Amino acid sequence: MNPLVLIFVPLAGALLAALWPSDRTRPWLLPVVSLVHTVLVCWLFIHPPPVTPGMWLGFDPLARAVLPVVSILFLVCAAYAVPYLKIRSERPNRVFVALLLAILGLLSAGHQARHLGLLWIATEAVTLAAVPLLHFNSTPRAFEATWKYLLVGGTGIALSLLGSFCLGYASLHGGGVGDLTFTALTAQGAGLSRPWVLTAWVLLLVGYGTKMGLAPMHTWKPDSYGEAPGIVGAILAGAVTTVAFTAILRVRSVIGAAGEGVVADRTLLVIGLFSMLVAALFLLGTRDFKRMLAYSSVEHMGILSIGAALGGAGVAAALFHVWGNALTKGALFLSAGNIRRAAGSPSMDNVRGMSIITPRSAAIFVTGMFAVTACPPFGPFFSELQILRAALTPGHSHKIAAAVFLGCLLLAFFGLTRIVFGIVDGRPRTAVRENGKRFVETTAVIAPPLILLALSLWLGLFTPQILREAWQDVVAQLFPAS
Amino acid sequence: MSGTLNLLIGLAMGLNLLALGSSRLPSLIRAMSVQGMVLGLMPVLMEYDSLNWQVLAVTLATMVGKGVLIPNLLRRAMRAANIEREIQPFIGFIPSLLLGAGGTIAAMALARHLPLLPEHSGMLLVPGAIASVLTGFILLIGRAKAISQVCGYLILENGIYLFGLLLIHSTPLLVESGILLDITVGVFVIGIIVDRIQRAFDSLDTRKLTTLRE
Repeated sequence: MNPLVLIFVPLAGALLAALWPSDRTRPWLLPVVSLVHTVLVCWLFIHPPPVTPGMWLGFDPLARAVLPVVSILFLVCAAYAVPYLKIRSERPNRVFVALLLAILGLLSAGHQARHLGLLWIATEAVTLAAVPLLHFNSTPRAFEATWKYLLVGGTGIALSLLGSFCLGYASLHGGGVGDLTFTALTAQGAGLSRPWVLTAWVLLLVGYGTKMGLAPMHTWKPDSYGEAPGIVGAILAGAVTTVAFTAILRVRSVIGAAGEGVVADRTLLVIGLFSMLVAALFLLGTRDFKRMLAYSSVEHMGILSIGAALGGAGVAAALFHVWGNALTKGALFLSAGNIRRAAGSPSMDNVRGMSIITPRSAAIFVTGMFAVTACPPFGPFFSELQILRAALTPGHSHKIAAAVFLGCLLLAFFGLTRIVFGIVDGRPRTAVRENGKRFVETTAVIAPPLILLALSLWLGLFTPQILREAWQDVVAQLFPAS
Repeated sequence: MSGTLNLLIGLAMGLNLLALGSSRLPSLIRAMSVQGMVLGLMPVLMEYDSLNWQVLAVTLATMVGKGVLIPNLLRRAMRAANIEREIQPFIGFIPSLLLGAGGTIAAMALARHLPLLPEHSGMLLVPGAIASVLTGFILLIGRAKAISQVCGYLILENGIYLFGLLLIHSTPLLVESGILLDITVGVFVIGIIVDRIQRAFDSLDTRKLTTLRE
């Protein structure tokens, strides 16, 4: 089967959603189209199509290793979107539904892109398509967040374009033809011009790092995640950051082939540890539980970056962590969305005792918090353990990095428990006016985050062998030396 | 041919300084749009020997997009918002100009040390690109009005476009046009957000966007 269907099915769905006449029935397109997408991805996962070197788009090992979780996360969020948009029936949803589906198609393109230019186009298009989703609430705060997202994200993405051009020029200057497919760039390897390769690495890391939300380029994240609806936060944190991470992995393999892998790994390690540290410190300070999720996301992007820096086993563990992070963050964002709706405010100053007002969402939120702070037996615990083991294998001596890693995890745990128990415990208090519409915890809004949490647990307890093999395939293909 | 090219790039670098020194929004927008037109013309000059319809189409699209469409959008936003035309700088005009001029000189010096192919070493493409990117950053950081920040972003994009011209013989035009499309859509999206910010805050002064913080 041609993997292009993964791109065209959601885009066709987006077009259909844009033309669909009824606001009431339109949200149903989301679960239908994403179910088709998930089935197609699973089919391709089991029967991976052949990938020829010159292809610009292909379901290659890297796409195979991460696209399934993106699709599953999207499907669950899409199922949540139906009751969510019903609650928000006062707002038109044509743009929201159409752009969400377009994002699914563009994410599929970005994960499968084997051409530097195409990868950039897909990532930029995802960035732009997410803009109207961020200001769905149309509050001044939402517009402020959107403006910051556009300015920081736009600058980051512009720098990654400059980096792509630099890598192209590295090929041209090294005697190549300037072919921007990753296969051709890797094949040229040591023939790439060194100074241009290093320039390209810095620019691409800053550019795609901005999209991922690595510190210090993370400043858009708390604002956007804080103001966007829960499902948009879940998709941004679990799926859009993933495409930037795979972009960095692909570029890293080219840099490795050019003989600068050591420099690249060192920068990834430093920027990863810095992100964890910044996130942990801000987690100790913030009082807003949706911004808290954003800082937690910055922390996990740092963990991914550290995993990628360790090569070999570290990369496989990072891909494992992509799965764990996407599923757990999804559960957290969706349950936080419920709590936010019932409480009327995202700040722990105004919200208390949610375990009484919204008992089920609060239970999911607390369990998800333990999962995301790497408490066993959830997925993130095992992936972070593997990253730690990769850091401490003989041959690598990253003892200081491992110590900082553990210290930041502990600080983040303190920060998260402080806020989560602050809003869950105590005598009920909300910012909702007495005569406001009461939020009811129906099955439709409880099941999606619960499913994601269950998947995270399943991933930790019974990691399927086929997934482990898929992650190992990526290591074998992208990092053959290590 | 490289003489004409260098002349155009020199013009673009001069427009950078004009943009930095502009104290009124219309002249900033004009500097940005003229720069976009000048740069849009360059693919035709570079591909003069092997002109085909694709090159012409990309050239036309760039010139219309950067020179007419985007500036008109910004002017309309400016009029609709009915904002004061004076630009409020965080970094004053003289310091901006000095920074820009220093940056241009540094870009020339840096480009001399970068390893370039022989056919590019006599050209101003790389220093022009670095200088424009720098100018864009100064405007992004140093100006308070949303529209002047957008102009800064576009000048930054112009610099990247200049750098991209180094690869004109190797990058398929499909990629070029995809990039152009993304940028144009991006500016449209920015335009819409600018309009919404104006309605929500009754101002385009980004100094008022300070609710979200720790």
